[in-house]
Formats: sequence, C-alpha cells, structure tokens
Amino acid sequence: MSTTVQQPDGAAAPAPAPSRTPAAKPARRPRPKGRATEALMGKVAVNGALVLVTLYMMLPLAWLLIAATKDMGGLFGGDGFAFEGFHFTENVKAVSTEGDGVYWRWYLNSLLYAGVGAALGSFISVLAGYAFDKFDFPGKEKLFGGVLLGVLVPTTAVALPLYLLASKVGLVNTFWAVFIPVIVNPFGVYLARVFSAGYIPGEVLEAARMDGAGEIRTFFSVAMPMMMPGFVTIFLFQFTAIWNNFFLPLVMLSDQKLYPVSLGLYSWNTNAHAYPEFYPLVITGSLMAVVPLVVAFVSLQRHWRAGLSAGSVK
Amino acid sequence: MNTSLRAGRRRRKTTAALFLTPFYVLFIATMVVPIGYAIWLSLFTEKTSGLGFGGTRRVFSGFGNYADALGDEKFRDGFVAIGLYCLLYIPVMVGTALALALLLDSALARARRFFQLALFLPHAVPGIIAALIWVYLYTPGLSPVVELLESGGLHWDFLASDTALFSIVNIATWEWIGYNMIIFYAALQAIPREVVEAATVDGAGPVRIAVSVKIPMIRAAVAMTMLFTIIGSLQLFTEPSILSDANPAVGSSWTPNMYAYSAAFRANDFGLAAAASVLLAVFAAALSFGVTRLSSGRRTA
Repeated sequence: MSTTVQQPDGAAAPAPAPSRTPAAKPARRPRPKGRATEALMGKVAVNGALVLVTLYMMLPLAWLLIAATKDMGGLFGGDGFAFEGFHFTENVKAVSTEGDGVYWRWYLNSLLYAGVGAALGSFISVLAGYAFDKFDFPGKEKLFGGVLLGVLVPTTAVALPLYLLASKVGLVNTFWAVFIPVIVNPFGVYLARVFSAGYIPGEVLEAARMDGAGEIRTFFSVAMPMMMPGFVTIFLFQFTAIWNNFFLPLVMLSDQKLYPVSLGLYSWNTNAHAYPEFYPLVITGSLMAVVPLVVAFVSLQRHWRAGLSAGSVK
Repeated sequence: MNTSLRAGRRRRKTTAALFLTPFYVLFIATMVVPIGYAIWLSLFTEKTSGLGFGGTRRVFSGFGNYADALGDEKFRDGFVAIGLYCLLYIPVMVGTALALALLLDSALARARRFFQLALFLPHAVPGIIAALIWVYLYTPGLSPVVELLESGGLHWDFLASDTALFSIVNIATWEWIGYNMIIFYAALQAIPREVVEAATVDGAGPVRIAVSVKIPMIRAAVAMTMLFTIIGSLQLFTEPSILSDANPAVGSSWTPNMYAYSAAFRANDFGLAAAASVLLAVFAAALSFGVTRLSSGRRTA
C-alpha cells in the first residue's frame, strides 16, 4: 500500500468523476456478433440479478418503514409487509414523550457530536493533508506513515484504552469523552492529501506567493475554496462514522442525558425484552435516526462516490 | 533573491508545522497515549488485601495479565469465532460485491445510478440500527421473513445456536456489500477501455473478460478491501452484542473485543481488559502488516 500512497498524483484524483458517468457512453463496447435473443437473455440475466440483490438490500429498510406505522398489536400480529392501521404519528409522539423527551436530547447530542465533531475534524484533516501534499519538510513520509498506521489500528481496540485513560484524568461520562476522540480522523488526512494533489495545481499557489500573499492567507483564500468538494466528502464520511459510533459512547457514558441516538436506542432495546411496548419506540426511533443520513447520501452522491474512488482506485 | 527564496522556504516549513500540529496533538492524545497507558496498566493487577477490608492494592504482575488472557479459553475462542466468521464472511461479502460491480460494469446493465444508490444505502444505516432491524427480522412472531419461510414450508431458526454465525454474517454482509461494490466499480471504471476492447476482438466472452482481464486489473483494490475487512472483522462487537440478547449461544465474550469489554465492565478487571485490548491491537497491526507486505510484494513481482 505504501508504494501507492506516496504518490497521490492527479490522475487518481476524483475530480473527473462526474464526467465519467456510465450513461454518457452508451455504446462503449462493440457487442459480440451473437444473436439478438442471446443478447436479450444476457440483459435479462444481468439486470435480473441486480434487481434480486437490490430487493434483499431494500427489504429491511422497507420493513422498518412499514413497521414504524404500526402499534404493538400490528407489529406482533398480521402481515409484516402490509400496512395495518396508521399509527406513525402516534409512534412519533410516543418516541418524543418517552422519558420526558429524552429522545430529542439524544438527537441533539448526536447532531453536536457528529455535526460539530465532523466539521472540526474535517478542517483539521484538510490542514494536515494540504501540508503533506504542498510543503516539504524533514521526516515528512515518516510522519505520514504514522497517519497510515492510525488508519490500520482498530478504533474499538483503542476505545477501551481511551476509557482507562479518561477515567484516570476524570473525563469519563462527560461530553468531551466522546467528542474529542471522534475528531481525529487519520483516513481523512489521507483523503485530504489525495484531494489536495488532485484539486490544487502547484502553479496557482506559486502565483499567489508571487502576488505577495502569505502562506496562511494563500491557504484560506486560494487553496481552501478549491478543496471544498474534498472537504464535503471528508465531512460526509466522518459525520456518518460519528453518527453511527456506538462502542465509544457505550464505554464512556453512563448519564442518559449525554447519550447519542445510537446508544439511546440500544438502551431502549434492552428495555424491550421486559417491556414490549418499547418495540414500537425502538423501531420508529430508528427510522427517525436513519432519515438524515439517507437524505445526506442521496443528495451528496457525487461526494461519496468521489471519496470511495479516491480511497481505492490504485 | 536567494535570501528571499530561503526565507520563503523557512516560512513554508513553519506553516507546515502549524498546519500539522492540531492533528498530531489530537492523534497523540487519543491514540498514542491511550495505547501506551493500556500497555502500562496491563502490567499490573488489582489485589484485594486481606479479607477485603482496606480496599485494593495495585501490584506489578509483569506479563501475568497476558498469560491470563491467552490462557483463558474464552479469549482464545473469540479468535476462533472471528476466524470462522472471516472464512464465511469474506468470500460471501467480497465475492458478492465484486460480482455486483462486474455486473454493473458490463455493457448490459441498465439504470446504473439507481442500482448503485440502492445498493449503497444500507451503509448509511448505523451498525447498531442495522443489527436491531435484522434481529427483529430474525424474531419469530415479529418477522415477516420467518413467516414467509414457514408458509413456504421452510423451517429456519435464525436464533439457534448453530445458525448464529450465519445470522451475524448476514447482518455484516448487508451493511458492507454496497460500500465495497462502489469501490470495485470505481476501480473497474478506471480500466482503460482499449484493454477490454482488445480482449473482445480476440474473441473472449464477457465472463472470460471479467475473470481473466478485469479482476486481475483491480487486484490492488480487492487486496485493500480484504485488508480493511479483516481489520473490521477483528473489532466485531455491535452485531454479536445485539444478537446475544436474543440468542444465548452468542455469549458475552463471543469475540475478543466483547471479552475485553466484559473484563472491564463486568469483572472490573482493568489490567486484564487492557492486556486483551493490547493483544487485539497487536494482532491487527501484525495481520495488516503481513497482508500489505504480501500484496505489495506480489505487485512488484
């Protein structure tokens, strides 16, 4: 891997992704001289297989959507994939009022952990990635090797040591215990370096320097705007990772008021074994927690595609 | 001119240091120091003095905690469970993702954008919620899937002791197929079209081209995905924890990570928990080092 990483050249950068949409080149490969029926069968087989897998992928989400409209009776009796009575608004109301509206507290916490954490974290990653790409300094590749090592160390393997350390310094069960560790994103630094190489031509920086702009000014007024698509990509992935983070809050937090949604739903699910009326709460609460991410991924398609290509195409 | 050039270079070095500082301060504080502290803690053990009066004392025990962890059958079983899990999960997940990417890349596929989005969406679902949904879908009485199978005359108990592995692999596969499919698809799109056209002219069919032209050309992406999948598998925690509520066969220390968690929070044995975490991190690092060496060695050969 190190051989490929050390030269994040422009060719591998994700910038040209939008123009390479497959739809734009309909007849890219000459069709073999087979009979028309054979081609048709091939088409049916290929698309049929894709439809089948898509159905499998959509099944749990469809069930979640339908189940969120049901009350207790509807959940445990009747057809799982049929609408029976419409209790969605009651379910949302129940989710909102349970435990004095603690769910929205969790939601707000998640927005803080994920929104502010990812914004700050992506900015720090972009700073570091830009420095790695555009500046020369002694020990550069060694330092970057440390970043790559950070990508490879399992995050949950660090969570427990983090807990032990946090309990030593008295940060356990505080907002900071979850917020500070999630800001660090070694993979974001790696992506930022690739994006910086792809989006910012060295000549532009030279021109800014010729005009007498300082390095910091150059970064903020020239480089940062050019890297904006990369920033959004890193932000999106980090936001998702923090929103989905479960192990770190589980280890760090005991005060329900500090929980993110993921941990809150987990605690409700634990209740559901003894009190089945928690099932509709968990289901509707899960749907409400998934919606922002689905909306983000549907509306920011270009960015996650670019991020995944940058991380792999080499 | 020369002096101003040198001044510029020095200024750039200062700026680089300034830009790198926030990341490295946090990186050291949240990764390097905790791991160092865990190594330190793992060398001690808490001893209750006398009859339990007077609290506990911390005693240096050398590699005692490591010996305890490695000597504990439950901890070793965790690695066996992960090994079995990988044997089933990696071929199924990586194989399906690769097959889907090849299907999408074939000239016959329609609605490529829609399929990519639909297949990727499960990855946007938090792991804990994915596990909850699937466990509900495994639960008889709640699940339309179990019902459907029953009505078709198929009896499949997702929560039996011998189906636990399958049930966990299914959840993880659902979460990760789309993500890796996109990675493979992006790599496939980067293959020069002339290569594929040349093979077509030579009379190779689409399956033959996929197997002997396209897959070898995206070997690097496949190797990297394998690496990240193995690292991810080693930290397996969420899915089996959720399933363990519904399936007693999945115990509280089913994976090494769950073992470390129980050691810390059920037995309050921080030394043992630290030792287990360190062993897991070392194992992961050694494995990823081995895999990268292997794949990069092959590439240069």
